[in-house]
Amino acid sequence: MDYFNFKNQLSEGSKMSVVGNIGLDRAELLRFIAAGSVDDGKSTLIGRLLHDSKSIFEDQLSSIARTSNKRGMQSVDLSLLTDGLQAEREQGITIDVAYRYFATPKRKFIIADTPGHEQYTRNMVTGASTANLAIILIDARKGVLTQSRRHAYLASLVGIPHLVVAVNKMDLVDYSREVFERICNDFATFAQGLRLRNIEYIPMSALVGDMVVERGDKLAWYEGRALIDLLEDIDIEHDINTDDFRFPVQWVCRPQTEALHDFRGYMGRVESGSIRVGDAVTILPSGLTSRIKEILLYQDSFDDAFAPQSVTLTIEDHLDISRGDMLVKTEEQPKIKKEFTAMLCWLSEQSLDPRRKYIVKHTTRMVKGVVSQIDYRVDVNTLNHETTDSLKMNDIARVVMKVQQPLVCDDYASNRATGSFIMIDETSNNTVAAGMIC
Amino acid sequence: MSNQTFTHLDALESEAIHIMREVAAECANPALLFSGGKDSVVLLRLAEKAFRPGRFPFPLLHIDTEHNFPEVIEFRDHRAMELGERLIVRSMEDSIKRGKVVLRSQNQSRNPFQSITLLDAIAEFGFDACIGGARRDEEKARAKERIFSFRDEFGQWDPKNQRPELWSLYNTRTHPGENIRVFPISNWTELDVWEYIAREELEVPSIYFAHWREVIPRDAGLLPVSYLVQPKEGEQVEKIMVRFRTVGDMSCTCPVASQAKNVSEIIAETAMTRITERGATRMDDQTSDASMELRKKEGYF
Repeated sequence: MDYFNFKNQLSEGSKMSVVGNIGLDRAELLRFIAAGSVDDGKSTLIGRLLHDSKSIFEDQLSSIARTSNKRGMQSVDLSLLTDGLQAEREQGITIDVAYRYFATPKRKFIIADTPGHEQYTRNMVTGASTANLAIILIDARKGVLTQSRRHAYLASLVGIPHLVVAVNKMDLVDYSREVFERICNDFATFAQGLRLRNIEYIPMSALVGDMVVERGDKLAWYEGRALIDLLEDIDIEHDINTDDFRFPVQWVCRPQTEALHDFRGYMGRVESGSIRVGDAVTILPSGLTSRIKEILLYQDSFDDAFAPQSVTLTIEDHLDISRGDMLVKTEEQPKIKKEFTAMLCWLSEQSLDPRRKYIVKHTTRMVKGVVSQIDYRVDVNTLNHETTDSLKMNDIARVVMKVQQPLVCDDYASNRATGSFIMIDETSNNTVAAGMIC
Repeated sequence: MSNQTFTHLDALESEAIHIMREVAAECANPALLFSGGKDSVVLLRLAEKAFRPGRFPFPLLHIDTEHNFPEVIEFRDHRAMELGERLIVRSMEDSIKRGKVVLRSQNQSRNPFQSITLLDAIAEFGFDACIGGARRDEEKARAKERIFSFRDEFGQWDPKNQRPELWSLYNTRTHPGENIRVFPISNWTELDVWEYIAREELEVPSIYFAHWREVIPRDAGLLPVSYLVQPKEGEQVEKIMVRFRTVGDMSCTCPVASQAKNVSEIIAETAMTRITERGATRMDDQTSDASMELRKKEGYF
């Protein structure tokens, strides 16, 4: 069966209603990543979602049809839609993350589409860092492979709240329930060792369209949700930490005009938790305290604010607060650390030099830091720990970091925003590593 | 406000405000590219939300091809005045006079040469970051571009050598002479932009709404008749009801047939449309599969 034989299906109707309708301004935003290689049918799945949600436009379709034709192909190669640049076409490679958009009346979706070949770790970690959900594609004929384990490990490392295991190409195993259940069991056994809270399994054929948007009639034994229903319904409200108020100050607004002579607004984004006017706040790292006077944004003023709103806060007292400081609720204190353990993903072609200082960007604060110790490197295929004295691109390791000024932080597992950092090479200015505090 | 009402537009807005504040705080000398088009109209509202009651911590910069629709230029000046912010206009005519831009004819499209004038303006003012209104849904080269898109000293974008962008921890560091283009509405679609314009009741240039206009059907598009575009022999001028989906160089920006007279009618049309924004309206993007990629590598927005 030709996995790119999309042409006939493109003319079929779809049950899904047109994105359109003006009610969409009430829709929520869900970001997800699709992990897997072209062989698993990832391009086909993304193509199916885009097509059935009417997000492929006629001129895009005619452009890839022309290219397919030029290459002597019998039908439209939908993978051309997701692999875009001339540099890639010339070299037959895909360059890291591309972002795709589609919407249903319930939700708007952002797909981080990452190629499945070399540099996979770096690309998946990048795409996953902002995702609510990861889809791990498994070829039903091949079952749980090393790469499926690697994808699951990376999803757990980056703390993606929801995981969907899409057992694809069910049409090629006669829609066998036994095959599906065996793969689910294999995956679940492996996943027990990982911090994955919420795993859903879906049998599907992205090519035929079974259980993607339509249920189809071949998988009657499966009682769970089709992919799109799951993407539309899954509870993402609690993906952000709602307990601990964290407000890194980005920018201090002091208009110093006659009318606003004493105005000092602390501008930033509520990274987690919520805040109300009158709440007691502590400013870190100084430890000074005050109360919230106003919560503003442009011409609006609010009684409360919650993550991930960007707002402007004013407080009752005149304190010395600047970018890099963090406002927290006095009763919900984070940690203040100059030395901490972290999982590090090395992103740069230039290996870690343990003797060198790097710039560490954490929330809105930049400090200098060193990797003072490498506890172990993780083999992402076996999850075995190895000893090493350096890190090269795509390596994942547990390290001890020392920084020159203290960071106001939480564990990544409890707070993605205050537990994450990047490392920048001062000489090249490149982003060389992504870190998660543990 | 409660969690129940935090919509996708709220999420996109908050992300964009966060990005603008990062630029203001970390870049020494940024500018906001304002063309008068709908995407940059949205940027201005986002900047108001990010920085009021303060002034914008950057000037507005327009690279004027002098092939702009007069309605758009009038709107640009009026909006900058209303905001009380500084507007810098650098014109391609200056680059032509200085011999930096050589045109084959006065009437040819000037979009490809905007990058030269932009790079001159960046050098003149020493801007280290330019905030622009590009979106990833516009074109496939954009789909792979970072929110903070790094350019070398020749203004070139190297798609194979982009900085990884994780969480919302943006790396804004540059060496002298280098430059970052920042796209706060990267994750917005054309529909999101119109929904936001509706929600915020933003004013946009009149040519976005359906109006009667003389056009020449040429290739797949409708070219607007102006002093730059006249019918060739055998071509018919038609007067039909159209609106523009993008506003750019008058010689290559095509309107689409439309009856949409207000923002909610545009939203309804946008939701139903089957052609991409650039596919319908930009002759210069249709020349080859990689037109945008090539222009970006040369320093285009």
